[in-house]
Amino acid sequence: MDPEGSPNIAGAGEAPVLEPGHTLATVTDKISSIVLGRGTTKGWMFGFAIALALLMMFNVAVTYLLIKGVGIWGIKIPVGWGFAIVNFVWWIGIGHAGTLISAILLLLHQKWRTSINRFAEAMTLFAVACAGTFPLLHLGRPWLFFWLMPYPNPMWMWPQFRSPLVWDVFAVSTYATVSLLFWFVGLIPDLATLRDRARKRATKIVYGILAMGWRGSAVHWTRYETASLLLAGLATPLVVSVHTVVSWDFAVAIVPGWHTTIFPPYFVAGAIYSGFAMVMTLAIPIRKFYNLEDMVTMRHLDNMAKVMLATGMIVAYGYMMETFMAFYSGDQYDRYLILNRMTGPYAVVYWSLIACNIVIPQAMWSRKVRASVPALFAISLIVNVGMWLERFVIIVISLSRDYIPSIWNMYYPTKWDWMTYIGTFGLFFTLFFLFVRFLPMISIVEMRSLVRETDEKLEK
Amino acid sequence: MAQIFHHSTNLISRLSIYGGVFIIALLGAALYGIELSPWYTDQHVAREQPVPFSHKHHAGELGIDCRYCHTSVEKSSFAGLPPTQTCMTCHSRIWTNASMLEPVRASYRDDKSLSWTRVNALPDFVYFDHSIHVSKGIGCTTCHGPIAEMPLTWRAGSLYMQWCLECHREPEKYVRPKSEVFNPYYQQPKNQLELGRQLVKEYKIQSLQNCSTCHR
Repeated sequence: MDPEGSPNIAGAGEAPVLEPGHTLATVTDKISSIVLGRGTTKGWMFGFAIALALLMMFNVAVTYLLIKGVGIWGIKIPVGWGFAIVNFVWWIGIGHAGTLISAILLLLHQKWRTSINRFAEAMTLFAVACAGTFPLLHLGRPWLFFWLMPYPNPMWMWPQFRSPLVWDVFAVSTYATVSLLFWFVGLIPDLATLRDRARKRATKIVYGILAMGWRGSAVHWTRYETASLLLAGLATPLVVSVHTVVSWDFAVAIVPGWHTTIFPPYFVAGAIYSGFAMVMTLAIPIRKFYNLEDMVTMRHLDNMAKVMLATGMIVAYGYMMETFMAFYSGDQYDRYLILNRMTGPYAVVYWSLIACNIVIPQAMWSRKVRASVPALFAISLIVNVGMWLERFVIIVISLSRDYIPSIWNMYYPTKWDWMTYIGTFGLFFTLFFLFVRFLPMISIVEMRSLVRETDEKLEK
Repeated sequence: MAQIFHHSTNLISRLSIYGGVFIIALLGAALYGIELSPWYTDQHVAREQPVPFSHKHHAGELGIDCRYCHTSVEKSSFAGLPPTQTCMTCHSRIWTNASMLEPVRASYRDDKSLSWTRVNALPDFVYFDHSIHVSKGIGCTTCHGPIAEMPLTWRAGSLYMQWCLECHREPEKYVRPKSEVFNPYYQQPKNQLELGRQLVKEYKIQSLQNCSTCHR
């Protein structure tokens, strides 16, 4: 098959979304054999052991927190929102790319989403799990978390519905529910494939239960398509709404540096920016270790780099407008805030953020950089760091110096802050390692339909 | 290919999906029921005491005024528990040999307080003041129940915030004339709402529901 005639949906010159030579059978074989044929490799065990060790560190940090209370963290008035909220916003933002890829790009018929959507959705779920732990632990008495929900109770109490913090509870729990359903519904036909291909009886039973009796009949397929479309429709507004509500946690307050109308769009763009960076961070090692370069092609990396470039520019615009509005408003507190960011005690953090989020990613304008896997991997890591620094700048710098100079104070994270934060990587990667080991990390069904469609195109 | 699951699995899986919803709902309702039950709140459960003191006998049959023992109820947040001397004003003369009263006499002899079992105790994070309630026309029996009919004292209310708010939201349903506050046999008149509204106005009763009213 000559390269011009390869299953290439885009125009000539761009890499294909699926390397030539794949048939329905080879796609299914390749993906399902990662789960069923490959077994538990040494490399996997090594990675899983590190992740599990970090998860155990997280358990230690959380246990000590439950015994001692949030005083073990660095939070101290005026900075009541330290690492916990920084990490919450960071993790929840990362999740957004998964939803964007699986919902919006599905509705827009972007074929290149097919091979990355499954693990991007898994990333969303695990990131939301990590994000969710932080506000709960930050409650101080996490065992009373159910007070956040409106339910009949003998206190005759309802949550304060005028507070964005309560909207956040609904936004995040809706997001987690819809993401889980979407992911699971998409998995059902693939689980049935694994059930049918499994050799051991126990494996058959486990995948059989998860496949919920899928037989692949026409009725099943119609319902599957309808459910997927409905869930995609439900998930689409969530891409925008969840981080909008998160931004209201800040924008509704009157703290200088928080009280701005630009927050919702700039938070959403930042969320997608960091999310794509994380998808890239995960996709590059996965395609290498599992030899999936033919399914997660350079086309995917190139497209993700472009999305990052675009959302990164929106974020840069947001930073510019924050600075401009502080000057233009003439408000002394807003002006001082910007000055304090640039030249105050946390100036290093601010300038690192500008370097990580705005300056370095500009390299992706170059086609050469977008074609270099190591360069993209490095940039994706840098953007992840940059987006974390952004949340630190917004939360800590704003709080540490607000209206009254007599209450100004510095915030320093303690070792428990770091252990909790790094520990969530343990949670995230433990779940992710289990996912790549036991579930098909690329959607078999959708890859098969991609093969069919590219074949039809060839026949024309 | 052989079947992995028996045909009956279809029924089980359907039942577990539909049943799950009902089981979760029932579990929630059961938990709520337990939370409201006397088993959990001690409402209407008579407490054992070092001496089986009967409010029914003293406040009811003998007609001793509440303030004879609970002296600070009009002036202080705490209604006050009587010292043994108060008991001995009568019991140094009557029932002087009753074995039931031996702990009282022992307390008097040894100058050691009786340690009663507290029946109505609010949590420490709640600020409550008896004097303001009593002076605005809230009777003893409104919160403490039919005290003149309790051989051993029990808790008449659940002490849940809901129970406080029932009155704080609609004081006109519970308020009585100030002259009747210490009457343990007071019955609400038929026109309670009409009278209540009038008294709320007259006594300038505010329907205080701010968090900081009680959680200071």
